[in-house]
Amino acid sequence: MPEPLLTRYLGQPGREEIDAYLATGGYRALARALRERTPDEIVAMVEASGLRGRGGAGFPTGRKWKLTPKRDGETRYLVVNADEGEPGTFKDRTLIEGDPHQIIEGMVITAYANQVHQAYIYLRGEFFLGHRRLSRALAEAYARGYVGRNILGSGFDLEIVIHRGAGAYICGEETALLESLEGRRGFPRLKPPYYPAVRGLYDRPTVLNNAETMAHIPHIVALGPEAYKSYGPPILYSVSGHVTRPGVKELPIGTPLREIIFEHAGGPRAGRSVKAVFPGGSSSAILTAEHLDTPADFESLQKLGSMLGSSAIIVLDDTTCIPAVIRRTVEFYRDESCGKCTPCREGTVWLSQILDRILCGRGRREDLDLLDSIARNMTGTCFCPLGESVPPSLRASLRYFRDEYAHHIEAGACDVAGGPHR
Amino acid sequence: MARVLSQAVLAEIERARARYPRPQSAVLPALHAAQEEVGYLSPEALDDVAEALGLPVTEVASVATFYSMFFTEPVGRHKIRVCTNLSCYLNGCEEILDHLCRTLGVRPGETTADGRVLVEVAECLAACEEAPVLLADEDRHGHMTPAKVDALLRALDREPSATSPTGPAGDA
Repeated sequence: MPEPLLTRYLGQPGREEIDAYLATGGYRALARALRERTPDEIVAMVEASGLRGRGGAGFPTGRKWKLTPKRDGETRYLVVNADEGEPGTFKDRTLIEGDPHQIIEGMVITAYANQVHQAYIYLRGEFFLGHRRLSRALAEAYARGYVGRNILGSGFDLEIVIHRGAGAYICGEETALLESLEGRRGFPRLKPPYYPAVRGLYDRPTVLNNAETMAHIPHIVALGPEAYKSYGPPILYSVSGHVTRPGVKELPIGTPLREIIFEHAGGPRAGRSVKAVFPGGSSSAILTAEHLDTPADFESLQKLGSMLGSSAIIVLDDTTCIPAVIRRTVEFYRDESCGKCTPCREGTVWLSQILDRILCGRGRREDLDLLDSIARNMTGTCFCPLGESVPPSLRASLRYFRDEYAHHIEAGACDVAGGPHR
Repeated sequence: MARVLSQAVLAEIERARARYPRPQSAVLPALHAAQEEVGYLSPEALDDVAEALGLPVTEVASVATFYSMFFTEPVGRHKIRVCTNLSCYLNGCEEILDHLCRTLGVRPGETTADGRVLVEVAECLAACEEAPVLLADEDRHGHMTPAKVDALLRALDREPSATSPTGPAGDA
């Protein structure tokens, strides 16, 4: 097992301060990048590293940077998405609170590679501690010359602004985030034409990356792509739910679910067993105990009709009522739907009403097909990924746990959670 | 001429405005600053923000009503937000929320009659490793139990207000 790269110093007292970061080689990758590498060389290194965006979509970071047109005289922006809100995901918050300079250094290198001079980091409004730590770290970085004018005497300038959100899950979607950053309601934009790389913030080419993605960049530059890859390449899994040692686990990408859950997260509580798993946040299709030997990587999970997403592994043990869990996720998307498109706005309401009916013992036999039919009709018809996040886990649960739904309908009661649902 | 916002907050809004190429981008920071001073986004506060940024007040109000952290009506000086999303749900958040609501005599979304505490449900607070989790004003509290809720409420009793600089009830 390789040593952790991104999380190595997390939890050390005072780690959020610049002297602690510098003492372990912090900002050296930036200094080398500015002194020894051209912007294009950095882009090539990141592409060679194989790094894929850590926000959920997994788009190759180097390729994304190449897609951003670099025309002389045209303003470009860097926007970092730290609006972490996908249920079960807490890696970005952990990095921001625990090692904020790592993200700032990644941002400066990224800005240099893309020849950007203005960057924004969109921080989730509820991250009060993260805001305090990141603000302080940014002020330190400015004071020591790692951000601002003529960084380390290189002639390269970069301004970084922290932009606080105000409570809206939808703003984690990249085009809604840009709307919010422009001071409007967080309604997503239509793609095409609004691909952020070409028409992003203020209609300008915009490099838009996730916060964890930024934390990988200094290591890729410091080690070189090959040595970086020998660390796994690393990825941060957020493991929570019914496990005894939940937390952020930095592991080689493709570590099997079973190993992550049992060896690294302590497994379920004594006497309990794993019943189901969301491998990539609540937007990913739910899996069962039979799938635990699957490597947690993009391709393997996709083959199962699920996804790695933000690599948030939520573990459900055998005391869990699956229809009740699915209702909770549907309610979440219902409440967070921005209301712009009909399938999402109406579909989530209908689904939660039917699930309510089933869970309070008034379900009808035809409800299962009705749920599946609504979910099918939402698939591919929603304006943005929020609505598209609802069908996968619902439909997978109908496939893997159909008997449990049927039992609620026929018996009017839950055998698992022991008692009626609200 | 500003109606409710202090010179200090107006200056803060001015600084926020300078951080973006377009003034409208400063709406969220301006609304955060205004709400922190007034306690909620009153019509007067929205007017002041609109005037400071040179925007129609309807535009500012439209933004204010979209985001769950902004309040356009008076709410409790302390805000307790209980996460009810998956990992917290799996780890007993309903018991925490019930206990909190019963103790304070409110339902989720309501403020206590004395105007002291607002209880809200929150979506995933991105701290699932500490489930069940809540935010009390700006502080996150993890691994919550009913006993820890009681201790938290006692601590709130001791300090008149953690977030509102206007102090105890009635003087805002």
